[in-house]
Amino acid sequence: MNNKVNITIDGELYQAPAGEKLLWAALDLGIYIPHLCGNREEERPGASCRLCFVEIEGGRDPVASCTQEVREGMAVQTRTPRVDRLVRTAFELLLSNHKLRCGKCPKNRSCELQKIARERKLKLKLTRLRPLLTAELPTDDSPDSFSYDPNKCVLCGRCIWADHHVAGVGAIGFVRRGFERKVSTFGERPLQESICTQCGECVKVCPVGALTFKEESK
Amino acid sequence: MSISQKYAALRDAAIEKFEKTKQKPRVLVGMATCGRAAGAMDVLNVFREEAAKHQLDIAVEEVGCMGHCYAEPLVVISKPGFPSLCYGPVDEGMAQRLVADFLVNDDPCYEFAMAALEPNDEFPTFEDFPRGVVEQRIILADCGLIDPDDIDHYLAKDGYAALSKVLEMDPLAVIAEIKEAKLRGRGGAGFPTGVKWERCYQADGSPKYIICNADEGDPGAFMDRAILESNPHQLIEGFIIAAYAVQASLGYIYVRAEYPLAVARLRTALDQAREKGLIGKEVLGSNFSFEIKIFQGSGAFVCGEETALIASIEGSAGTPNHRPPYPATSGLHGKPTVINNVKTLSYVPHIMRRGADWFKSTGTENSPGTAVFALAGKVVGTGLVEVPMGTTIRELVYDVGSGIKEEKEFKAVQIGGPSGGCLPESSLDLTIDFDSLQQAGAMMGSGGLVVLNEDDCMVEIARFFLDFTQKESCGKCTFCRLGTKQMLEILTDITRGKGNSEDIDLLLELAEDIKMGSLCSLGKTAPNPVLTTIRYFRDEYEAHINEGRCPGLMCKDLISYMIIPEKCSKLCDVCIGSCPTEAIYTRPDMLKAIHLDKCYKCNSCLASCPPQYKAVIRVSPPLVQTEEGGVQNEQQS
Repeated sequence: MNNKVNITIDGELYQAPAGEKLLWAALDLGIYIPHLCGNREEERPGASCRLCFVEIEGGRDPVASCTQEVREGMAVQTRTPRVDRLVRTAFELLLSNHKLRCGKCPKNRSCELQKIARERKLKLKLTRLRPLLTAELPTDDSPDSFSYDPNKCVLCGRCIWADHHVAGVGAIGFVRRGFERKVSTFGERPLQESICTQCGECVKVCPVGALTFKEESK
Repeated sequence: MSISQKYAALRDAAIEKFEKTKQKPRVLVGMATCGRAAGAMDVLNVFREEAAKHQLDIAVEEVGCMGHCYAEPLVVISKPGFPSLCYGPVDEGMAQRLVADFLVNDDPCYEFAMAALEPNDEFPTFEDFPRGVVEQRIILADCGLIDPDDIDHYLAKDGYAALSKVLEMDPLAVIAEIKEAKLRGRGGAGFPTGVKWERCYQADGSPKYIICNADEGDPGAFMDRAILESNPHQLIEGFIIAAYAVQASLGYIYVRAEYPLAVARLRTALDQAREKGLIGKEVLGSNFSFEIKIFQGSGAFVCGEETALIASIEGSAGTPNHRPPYPATSGLHGKPTVINNVKTLSYVPHIMRRGADWFKSTGTENSPGTAVFALAGKVVGTGLVEVPMGTTIRELVYDVGSGIKEEKEFKAVQIGGPSGGCLPESSLDLTIDFDSLQQAGAMMGSGGLVVLNEDDCMVEIARFFLDFTQKESCGKCTFCRLGTKQMLEILTDITRGKGNSEDIDLLLELAEDIKMGSLCSLGKTAPNPVLTTIRYFRDEYEAHINEGRCPGLMCKDLISYMIIPEKCSKLCDVCIGSCPTEAIYTRPDMLKAIHLDKCYKCNSCLASCPPQYKAVIRVSPPLVQTEEGGVQNEQQS
């Protein structure tokens, strides 16, 4: 794995470790690509947030960079009109189903959505699309140390990964389908009634304000 | 004993048995799901009871679907000395007549017959009708004519001959033949089957798997079901051949649990094939061993997508994964896996038996062979049809389908289900193949073809299909989960008369992004119905948005019902009785009128108004009640 490959990102020549996925290689090199769902350790990424698009020379359409292994001679563009358009739409779609009350949110200023908006000069409010978050779901306040607000969740699945692979507990997973998909426990019981150990690993990886420690919110 | 000798012994025994049954009169009752729904079970019982009553020595057999769904229940009677005759729709009374007049006596009841099966001097055959001229049956040829629960019927018609031939060939030669035939996947995308097999054959990894995708879920599509219920051995033979070609040792048939009859018939077929040594250890005495399992899907449409299907078999939630890697290199349990559609595999025995050149003699250069469509909607002859690729939509609708019901005006065909698109009258002469449909913005899809007439609202049709994909979205990726929801909200508003002028452009923008940005093909094709209806019927969208008018008179919020006084009769009050909300009243002059505030727009009055009056009509934009008790058009108020 010590082999390096030469890649070009936005016209600049770089070296990246062979076998690495493009998203992580670029981030290591200090090149920002928006992303929410990726886990570096994951062998086969879910590629579900649809934010880390880039264009690779020779490819037909923009691709999710978390799914692409770096190759010798790969030439990548992180900002093209098509990439920017997809990122903008994906971002706006996520916002359309996200409780936008940043001022009151414990994750204010450390939120990944805010970072994406800043980096890509996107607005943190809905202009084109309509709000889909019509009926708010109840917040799960049952754990002593943290709480879960599904209305802020972007369904990246990082908490589930941490729960399964870092903590090794398996208290949470995706439930329901389509627009109703959400993160919950078995039988959709409150976390307190699940096998959750309240280790807090899931809270640490939440990119937005869906999972927050209770001290944070005070 | 060599492979071919072993096979010949099986076939000869089957032929001997089959010839014996042919000597006595046979009654074949179409007992696929479609036939059963139309009452074939009762018809079958009448034949059995009457035959017993008259002490007739006849065979009453359950067969599958012949494709003539508009005439179910279908019955075929073969009596020595007469041509085999097909009757339909047959009810219990007609069944009694057929036994008494035809089977007991010698009157074939031509007045009930639809067509004869083989050319004769007495009665026309299916080939004598326009449908028969256009149709060319390969994989539907034996459907409805052989007993799906008896492997000997299939064997007697040279079934499994291709398998016996293939087992003596090199797997690469089998792949080469399929590549040469240019067989393309009938699941919708039209990927070359031979190339897929070759990739899997060459891929490292063992064991290799093969999966038959029978998770047919498009609304209005039932081709795979009919094939599974009518001729399961054709599929199983193709499946074993494919497994041999890629050297797979285990195969799964992924079939919907909502197809219980198909599952039952597959089980029987697999048991019989196993008993005859066609599946299992050392197939037909060769050194190739192969086992087939049935896996029942739990009803998620997205599980027809191959990566979601694999996840589902592995026991995970049925959500798609990123491709590549493609299943041919890394599929089930990370092993090389071929996934083929029911129809694709059903062609395989025919190609291997008759050769690639024979297959290429039908259809177009880049899409050889035939296409199977489930013809539905406002067309006279609904049913399953198999036509050569390159047939025009006009031939399909007017010759095969015998035109539009009730002599209404043709408007469009919705082709390819929720992933497909709507093509207008100007596309009637478009030839049907994988590439031409894609260029027109639709796609072959799995083969649903819904005919729409002047009464259909294209915005509502687009909304209907998007509602389906939105509900069937697994919710994993952003574009499909939220993008289709946004589009659906916009479309719903338009059909309710709440659209605004930017909506069409926003729909187009979202559609393009969802097509490019979604993770799997469900999302990538979900906007197609919207894109094609905007492309071909933009004026209807504009009428909804700008004039509050639904040209198809379909969107409830944009229409009103009214009774034309000049047509209404003082002597009739059928509509009053039909109205569930008591919205219709008798005017002082004894004519009827509708109270708009009470009208629920259920269509009962329009349906019940006797044809000699036809006094109830729908108007759009809707009427409003004026203070004086009269009505007027909303636009004028």
